[in-house]
Amino acid sequence: MPEIKVTPLGAGQDVGRSCILVSIGGKNIMLDCGMHMGYNDDRRFPDFSYITQNGRLTDFLDCLIISHFHLDHCGALPYMSEMVGYDGPIYMTHPTKAICPILLEDFRKITVDKKGETNFFTSQMIKDCMKKVIPLNLHQTVQVDDELEIKAYYAGHVLGAAMVHIKVGSESVVYTGDYNMTPDRHLGAAWIDKCRPDILISESTYATTIRDSKRCRERDFLKKVHESIERGGKVLIPVFALGRAQELCILLETFWERMNLKAPIYFSTGLTEKANHYYKLFITWTNQKIRKTFVQRNMFEFKHIKAFDRSYADNPGPMVVFATPGMLHAGQSLQIFKKWAGNEKNMVIMPGYCVQGTIGHKILNGQRKLEMEGRATLDVKLQVEYMSFSAHADAKGIMQLIRMAEPRNMLLVHGEAVKMEFLKGKIEQEFSIDCYMPANGETTTVTTNPSVPVDISLNLLKREMALGGPLPDPKKPRTMHGTLIMKENSLKLVSSEQALKELGLNEHQLRFTCHVQLQDPHSDADTLHRIYTHLKSVLKGYTIQHLPDGTVIVESIVIKVSSSAEDSNTKVLLLSWSYQEVLNILKRSK
Amino acid sequence: MKLYCLSGHPTLPCNVLKFKSTTIMLDCGLDTTSVLNFLPLPLVHSPRLSKLPGWVSKDGTINLEKELKECAGRVFVDAQPEFCLPERELLDLSTIDVILISNYHCMMALPYITEHTGFTGTVYATEPTLQIGRLLMEELVNFMERVPKAQSATSWKNKEIQRMLPGPLKDAVDVWMWKRCYSMQEVNSALSKVQLVGYSQKVVRIDSVQEIFKISHFCFRAVVTSRLFSRLFFLQELFGAVQVSPLSSGYSLGSSNWIIQSHHEKVSYVSGSSLLTTHPQPMDQSSLKNSDVLILTGLTQMPTANPDGMLGEFCSNLAMTIRAGGNVLVPCYSSGVIYDLLECLYQFIESANLGTTPFYFISPIANSSLEFSQIFAEWLCHNKQTKVYLPEPPFPHAELIQTNKLKHYPSIHGDFSSEFRQPCVVFTGHPSLRFGDVVHFMELWGKSSLNTIIFTEPDFSYLDALAPYQPLAMKCVYCPIDTRLNFHQVSKLLKEVQPLHVVCPEQYTQPPLTQSHRSDLMLELQPPPMPYRRCSVLNLPFRRRYERIYILPELANSLVPSEIKPGVSVATVSALLHSKDNKHTLQSVPKPPPMPPSKKRKRVIEEPPVALAPKPMLSGAVALEAFLATLQKHGITEVKVEETADGHILHLQAEDTLIQLEEDGTHIVCDSEPLRTTLRDLVLRFLQKL
Repeated sequence: MPEIKVTPLGAGQDVGRSCILVSIGGKNIMLDCGMHMGYNDDRRFPDFSYITQNGRLTDFLDCLIISHFHLDHCGALPYMSEMVGYDGPIYMTHPTKAICPILLEDFRKITVDKKGETNFFTSQMIKDCMKKVIPLNLHQTVQVDDELEIKAYYAGHVLGAAMVHIKVGSESVVYTGDYNMTPDRHLGAAWIDKCRPDILISESTYATTIRDSKRCRERDFLKKVHESIERGGKVLIPVFALGRAQELCILLETFWERMNLKAPIYFSTGLTEKANHYYKLFITWTNQKIRKTFVQRNMFEFKHIKAFDRSYADNPGPMVVFATPGMLHAGQSLQIFKKWAGNEKNMVIMPGYCVQGTIGHKILNGQRKLEMEGRATLDVKLQVEYMSFSAHADAKGIMQLIRMAEPRNMLLVHGEAVKMEFLKGKIEQEFSIDCYMPANGETTTVTTNPSVPVDISLNLLKREMALGGPLPDPKKPRTMHGTLIMKENSLKLVSSEQALKELGLNEHQLRFTCHVQLQDPHSDADTLHRIYTHLKSVLKGYTIQHLPDGTVIVESIVIKVSSSAEDSNTKVLLLSWSYQEVLNILKRSK
Repeated sequence: MKLYCLSGHPTLPCNVLKFKSTTIMLDCGLDTTSVLNFLPLPLVHSPRLSKLPGWVSKDGTINLEKELKECAGRVFVDAQPEFCLPERELLDLSTIDVILISNYHCMMALPYITEHTGFTGTVYATEPTLQIGRLLMEELVNFMERVPKAQSATSWKNKEIQRMLPGPLKDAVDVWMWKRCYSMQEVNSALSKVQLVGYSQKVVRIDSVQEIFKISHFCFRAVVTSRLFSRLFFLQELFGAVQVSPLSSGYSLGSSNWIIQSHHEKVSYVSGSSLLTTHPQPMDQSSLKNSDVLILTGLTQMPTANPDGMLGEFCSNLAMTIRAGGNVLVPCYSSGVIYDLLECLYQFIESANLGTTPFYFISPIANSSLEFSQIFAEWLCHNKQTKVYLPEPPFPHAELIQTNKLKHYPSIHGDFSSEFRQPCVVFTGHPSLRFGDVVHFMELWGKSSLNTIIFTEPDFSYLDALAPYQPLAMKCVYCPIDTRLNFHQVSKLLKEVQPLHVVCPEQYTQPPLTQSHRSDLMLELQPPPMPYRRCSVLNLPFRRRYERIYILPELANSLVPSEIKPGVSVATVSALLHSKDNKHTLQSVPKPPPMPPSKKRKRVIEEPPVALAPKPMLSGAVALEAFLATLQKHGITEVKVEETADGHILHLQAEDTLIQLEEDGTHIVCDSEPLRTTLRDLVLRFLQKL
């Protein structure tokens, strides 16, 4: 029985360093190649030695697919391809291909230039790695090789995020990456057709959450920002440069416009302008509304939002600052946080999920004293707010996707074990399909049951179809008989006669003859005729012929009658039939 | 399999393919050359046009002075311009399941096909094709509705009268079928039927079969027509076994060729395609390989004009006119080659010292067209894609706009009239010179020999286009730029992809009328291409011997293959055949249910025979010596062997049984059933079963 194997190297019962190996139909595919925000050591990257102990990965992988540009999905890419060694194809969508190298370069700078790490990938490696990337278009069927094909679907999580359908023969797997089932202010909702994969590998960040309506959350967010500004406080919103940031910018921009607010809004790092430019050029990846109106008014040209300079952090008066990165684990957002943490008038709004080990995670869990580098401690006095704005599907959304794709098995990654357990129970109960949640390094094996595609000779098919009439009665399916010829890699189903011909073989006729005696006073001809009439009345639906040469033929069975030499009342029946004939009809009629 | 040809225009095709009980329309191009027979629609009152004399036949018997006007020896219809539609009588348009659009120029007749015809199918197109196609339709409607003309002219269409008219009106065909432009409402309704597809996307089904059932259920409850239901049935069929898929054709943004195939049949539809490196993604040639039939349309209309040479001529004429203090008018479509022209000018402006010359692009869709061109990175050539990664706009006209060198306006009214400076270069439509803002510039600049009009679009004869403006003082330059495949490129392509049969418009099977000696300007193929013309119905040749069938896993596991020759195995299959939507599956025969109680037994016999699995066919021969040895092993020792012409007769004396062994047959004459069964099994050991 064919099997599909799935092994997470990262994101197994965890969030971070997504990296999942799939073996399907003899092909090995790596899905995502991310880094872990919670670690600064070796655990930062997936453990590629699982694939091979010595050296390069090219021989062991048929392709690598990156779902979107977040570093926990692509952060290990240059390390994997340039330092471990992989020269095979890497697939990602156009926006991901455009934005991914910028974030990688940012990541490299923070790690090498700021933290002084050595033995890290270089700018050149990022460039070399991106050269191996083949861009994917939505819904395009890409033939990786003769047997392996992949197809991307819109995932809605960030600009260019994709789900991917991987197919070998009639076996298939869908990997969702991160996705969002409700459209937001700048992106549309994820969508997939009823592709009935053998396994659906889904993220499960919000496995236990059912979030209230987006509108309420937006109102809450604006209210909190507004209140803080009113009392003269500073608001820090740690974000990733691309994605949630744009959604929140659109939100604040329209709010500022409507309320005629004057407090400045800043966006940290030089990325803003550039990031917004990507959104303008990839407008086809945003939601319906933005796409429809972009000629008249481009939503990504902000009037109220200005570039941030480090010195502004000490300016008096209220302000709102978007700063990267989003989990307060490094960089500018952390610096500003340290500056503002001591004042209870200020506020930090965490708009997304925070990985364990990051400062974001700590303060969200209510920690008020933080140990910083060099044994210093930081008192957190400012207000900490959490707003679930990150665009992941919630439990409802995950169930919705399952209904869309109708998978035969479900596999959860990218979530916390406890939450997964809960969702697993729900899925198994509601859909009665198996649901797996392997840990990192643990392999899940699913046996599949593919149908075998065969070429049937049109003659045979037409003959069978004609027998059953043009419209088959579903209750009475037709039985068909043929010979399957297996030659090299081709499978052909033909009629037995054609099979003989094609294989250059002669038919061998096997016939049987026997004598049966019976008592009958009539003449030979009369006896034969009586047999004929009897058979005619008993064997309905068979061709029965009475030939002038004194034989009766039932299908291919020949019957002759002669009188015994000793007794003219004893008749000898001569029966002759071929091997192919169904003998029991005769028996039954006797 | 049949092909219905609804348009005779080789670059604006409209064909319908019947493929496995699916009806697929390939493009619906609108032949707009008919508008050349009409007077231009001026944006502002034109004394010249309104003073043209009406037409009266020479003998004075026919007076059509209200409908027809004479200008410089030619006669024009004074009414709202009309278009020549695809043939609508050849087949029932409501039976069309699917329309495949190859590029935005080839969809302009869509509202005529999908509206008011009972059409209930789906239209497939790429996103740029849909968006730019929508813009071009919008522009066309806008051009017409901006200057409404109440008067309609029908008298001249009377056959008796038309015969008497001077050419080319006299020779115009099917004039009764000509139609006025559609409305924006019809455009929106038509385009709402479009479903977007990406290159190489395998379109195999719509949302789900269940969706269809839901709809059908709904339909049953609402007013049901059997028509609707049969449509739903067809839809399922299409997506059961027929797969369609667009391929990049390299001609324009989102332009595609199409593959229509089942597992064993493949039709390629090649429409406007280009091998030149302009802005669109390069043409995908290799996917066209192994086609049974290749339908070839949309070759270049200017087989002797080299696009690069034309581009050079365009630039030099433009520069010359400007330097001499004249204006340049470029009648063009609002999307397509204009992007390349602007890109070429971007490089040319500085070197030609045209830095201060204003360039104007005037069209109701000018802004949208320029904006849309920048957001289709996925559909652009590699160079342009790389720019987006920087991120920079892929087309340099963004910079021309930013630096105020290129300005765009929705029309000559409004801002343009106050900001307009001369000498300048104006890009505007419509290239037929019969409607749109271009009409105004013809009236404005036509009288001065300082000005130049440069024709770049190949769709209209420039002499015909200019006819209602004669006499004309302005200079005319004709540099048609048609990037579509030429005959040299297409024969190379066909050699490469090797279709079994080629179908093409009849125009491609002979040299152009004006250059009858140029045998290189036609298709010469072996076997010769099958030509079509408007209203042709062709039977497409297919020699198909196989069909795809799926063996369900349970059955597959139960099959017992035996090796017949090295590397060749056979297995006999007896199975249940299920056929649905052209999709066939085989599954194991279920075990018969237990016999009903004896009460019913009588009736069982009455029923038609249950088809039992027939015994397999046999092959091979029974070798005498080996067979005798086998008999011996089974205790049959008294065997008398007699040689005959074709083999041997074995007489088993103790058993009173005869066995006749021949090369191609064995005959067992035996009255005892147990013995017969034993002998049969022994013989079968020597034979192969099929």
